[in-house]
Amino acid sequence: MSSLGLLLILVVYVVILFYIAHWSEKRSHSKWTNNPYIYSFSLAVYCTAWTYYGSIGMAAKSGLDYLPIYLGPIIIIPTWIIILKRIIRITRINKITSIADFISLRYGNSRSLGALVTLISIFGIVPYIALQLKAISDTYHIVTKTQPHSNIFTDNTTYICIALALFASYYGNKYVDASEKRRGIVTAIAIESILKLVFFSIIGIYVTYFVFDGFDDIYTKASVLEDFNKKNTIGSLSNGINWFFLCLISMFAIFILPRQFHTAIVENNQEKHIRTAIWLFPLYLLLFNVFVFPIAWGGNILFGSQGLNSDTYSLLIPQHFNNNFLTVIVFLGGFSAAISMIIVSSIALATMLSNNLLIPYGFIGSLKNISPEKNTKRIVLSRKIGIFSLIILAYIIYRVFILDYTLVSIGLLSFVIIAQLAPSFFGALFWKRGSKKGAVTGIILGFSVCFYTLLVPYAIGTTKSSSTFVQEGAWGIELLKPFQLFGLDYLDPIPQAVFWSLLVNILSYLAISVSFSGNYRERNYAEMFVDIDKYINNHENAYVWKGTANISDITKILERFLGTERTQRALTIFNLKYNIDKNNNIADARFIKFAENLLTGHIGTASAKIVISSVAKEDKISLPEVLRILEESKENIIINKMLVENSNELKTLSEKLQRANQELINKDIQKDEFLDTVTHELRTPITAIRAATEILHDDENIPTEVRQKFLQNIITESDRLNRLIDKILDLEKFETGKQKIYLSKNNICQTINNTLESLQQLIVNKKIKVDFETKTFEIKAIYDEERIIQVLNNLFSNAIKFSSETEGKIKITITENNDFTAVSIHNNGKAINPEDLEAIFDKFYQARNQNIKKPIGSGLGLAICKKIIEHHKGKIWAESSESGGTTITFTLPNYNTSET
Amino acid sequence: MKKILIVDDEPNIVMSLEYTFKKNNFEVFIARDGQEALDTLKHQHPDLIILDVMMPMVDGYSTLEQIKQNPELENCKVIFLSAKNKEQDIEKGLSLGANLYITKPFSIKKLVEQVQNLLN
Repeated sequence: MSSLGLLLILVVYVVILFYIAHWSEKRSHSKWTNNPYIYSFSLAVYCTAWTYYGSIGMAAKSGLDYLPIYLGPIIIIPTWIIILKRIIRITRINKITSIADFISLRYGNSRSLGALVTLISIFGIVPYIALQLKAISDTYHIVTKTQPHSNIFTDNTTYICIALALFASYYGNKYVDASEKRRGIVTAIAIESILKLVFFSIIGIYVTYFVFDGFDDIYTKASVLEDFNKKNTIGSLSNGINWFFLCLISMFAIFILPRQFHTAIVENNQEKHIRTAIWLFPLYLLLFNVFVFPIAWGGNILFGSQGLNSDTYSLLIPQHFNNNFLTVIVFLGGFSAAISMIIVSSIALATMLSNNLLIPYGFIGSLKNISPEKNTKRIVLSRKIGIFSLIILAYIIYRVFILDYTLVSIGLLSFVIIAQLAPSFFGALFWKRGSKKGAVTGIILGFSVCFYTLLVPYAIGTTKSSSTFVQEGAWGIELLKPFQLFGLDYLDPIPQAVFWSLLVNILSYLAISVSFSGNYRERNYAEMFVDIDKYINNHENAYVWKGTANISDITKILERFLGTERTQRALTIFNLKYNIDKNNNIADARFIKFAENLLTGHIGTASAKIVISSVAKEDKISLPEVLRILEESKENIIINKMLVENSNELKTLSEKLQRANQELINKDIQKDEFLDTVTHELRTPITAIRAATEILHDDENIPTEVRQKFLQNIITESDRLNRLIDKILDLEKFETGKQKIYLSKNNICQTINNTLESLQQLIVNKKIKVDFETKTFEIKAIYDEERIIQVLNNLFSNAIKFSSETEGKIKITITENNDFTAVSIHNNGKAINPEDLEAIFDKFYQARNQNIKKPIGSGLGLAICKKIIEHHKGKIWAESSESGGTTITFTLPNYNTSET
Repeated sequence: MKKILIVDDEPNIVMSLEYTFKKNNFEVFIARDGQEALDTLKHQHPDLIILDVMMPMVDGYSTLEQIKQNPELENCKVIFLSAKNKEQDIEKGLSLGANLYITKPFSIKKLVEQVQNLLN
């Protein structure tokens, strides 16, 4: 393919991307750009040219070793739902715009730490960008079948790079506030992520099913190649450890790489998008790896020992079969992977460069005294220049240093360097004691180890076996061999560097943090970072600051950077949020934090602090005082929480009370009804007695027989009165639990016989036939005989009373099973209304029937029966038989262990 | 001779009332509940009815309601005689059109006086 043709295609492709970015920037709130899928796909900026080409090279040369870089993230991503959410919250409320801001803010908003993190990032990432440029350049030359020119000015790829740098710097920095979302760029990155996966899958399918005959075919053909088995198994333990360290640094990378921090955290619009990302992104990584192996070994089979660069197999294979279309498609996919990484990384780095290095150390002084428009222009311009120069610097590095390294080795080098930020980064999230001194020492020492064990050997050239430094160690000391430091000889160079650098890094971070406590500001931010969930809604409250400052002075500063309108708007919101009088002119801690936050997006955390402190005179606070203030604010939060809990408790309590009250009211009504009925029931016999007595008293001429009748009436009614009183007292005893029952084993048949005997006269009088089949049996049951006689007496009396007047019949049946003995007493009188079957056991059941009186004795008998049976833990119920009559049955449990 | 209907389900109370009113020259009819009373009233038109409230089948209040619907009993006086002695019971009885509401236990002598007053 001709150079011109390819360049033309590239231009068209970039114009399309530019258009997408432009289009989505305008629709930054539409659901097309602001959705969890765009977010998830934008995270796939992780898959760079290194993935696109380098994995294949790695798989072809050393088998499965390309995998850990994807396994690490896949393993750690499920924790995003907690950790990433936290980081996003911290970032959002503090207006953090980069990893440098994040780490330096946590350790007391330290300018020097921010600068250090920026430098480490540049060290780690610029070679990585160089690697992308190398990929573009290499593949460009393969597709166009040209050779790279040694003179960079005649090499076409130089101009591609310059164009790219211009595009990135123009488009990557439209906003002065770095915490603004860049929907355009993010959407374009997401589209590119989809394209690179699609293009990679196309070439994968092409190789697997068109060049070869499926996975099996490739496997069969590849398995006869030299070293196939050795390359494709995780051999020894040391190999496993190598894998472990590679997984570890890629786990770190997915959090800390500036481009990942930028897409996953700074560009996160909604926390809930994480929920989609935690499945979609790992799925993306898995899909990307499906065809790596077939392409790699397909290439090995096709090209064998021709000594071609295996990184570029995906281009060489279609080219080998003269498929120009596929070749260009693959090239475009790789180009996409490369430029998305370059653009996002350079934006992130340039922001760090300006906010954490240039502004706080350089022109912060000059920014304070000029107009907001000029300020904005200068900041944006500085970032644009930053992006441009970073890309150009990367190109130079590529041309000077890494022409002959594989993509993977440079990529891993980046990962190891970036991993040096991991201890202080994760410490920031979970450990309040971590201090700035510890973080700085850890990063510097860790980086030094990297420098010695990786950067120096790579700069000299690993492949040059003549290098005495690598072979014999510094000054010829065996223990200082960079790839076998202190005799650790069973790890590969990269895992070895990871091990030593992280060991030194973590140990010094921990040791120094524990030995020297940080200043109050560190402690303050530690609290806000670690306990972010507590402070999410009122983080300004958690900021500890003492001193004197005027709101008007600070407002002037804010206006210089933000302009009058935005400043006033922000102030109004702040005053509303904390209910502050707008005429108040004394700035408190909340206002200081609020003002710093407003500036952070523009000039970074460190500069924001410098600018604000130029007008706000801060008093030193001792560490104990900070701890005390923090404790107080924590207590306030806890008290708040407790208040909420208390009020919930109160709510349930008051509900309970309400229910109890309702119950009491019901009981009260029942009691009233009961009393009402009792008095009524008592008055009836008294009325009869009184009437009879009055007649006897007043009428002296009363005939003897009538006199006898009235006297008999008085006796009957007195007895009735007495029985009633007995029953009321009985019932009261059972209800209040005063009545005890004394259980013993008895013969229920005998008890029934005894009861019947006492009622014999009534039975004979009414000529009732009693049918009791098991009369002579011995059926044992456990009960209080006296009480059960009371029950039986009552039931029999009722049965006698209600059985048919002419052919009265009572039938007694006893049934037994394992659980209980049941006694049924049937009479052939009138059936009871079905709706009354339960109610007859209520005391004064007539009371419920208002003024209709039912002929059921005192109205207490069955209620007492029920109480007695219930105290035996048995049941009692009434049934109406279809053939007429009523059956009342009670049960006595056999296992009765009741204490009552 | 004035006719009087006694409606109560308590036989011993009825007995005292019956004896006393007969002795005072009343023609006495007896009913043991509201239904029986209404049956009796189909062919008898007493001058006064003594009515209990709590009775089986049909209570005193409903009995009075039905009595009041019968134009033939327009001049018939009604006395409630009940152990229900709460104010609302009394009010209800009077509002239904009873001439008197006497609570149990009561003085027979007084009752006879009140009956005679009503009928004169």
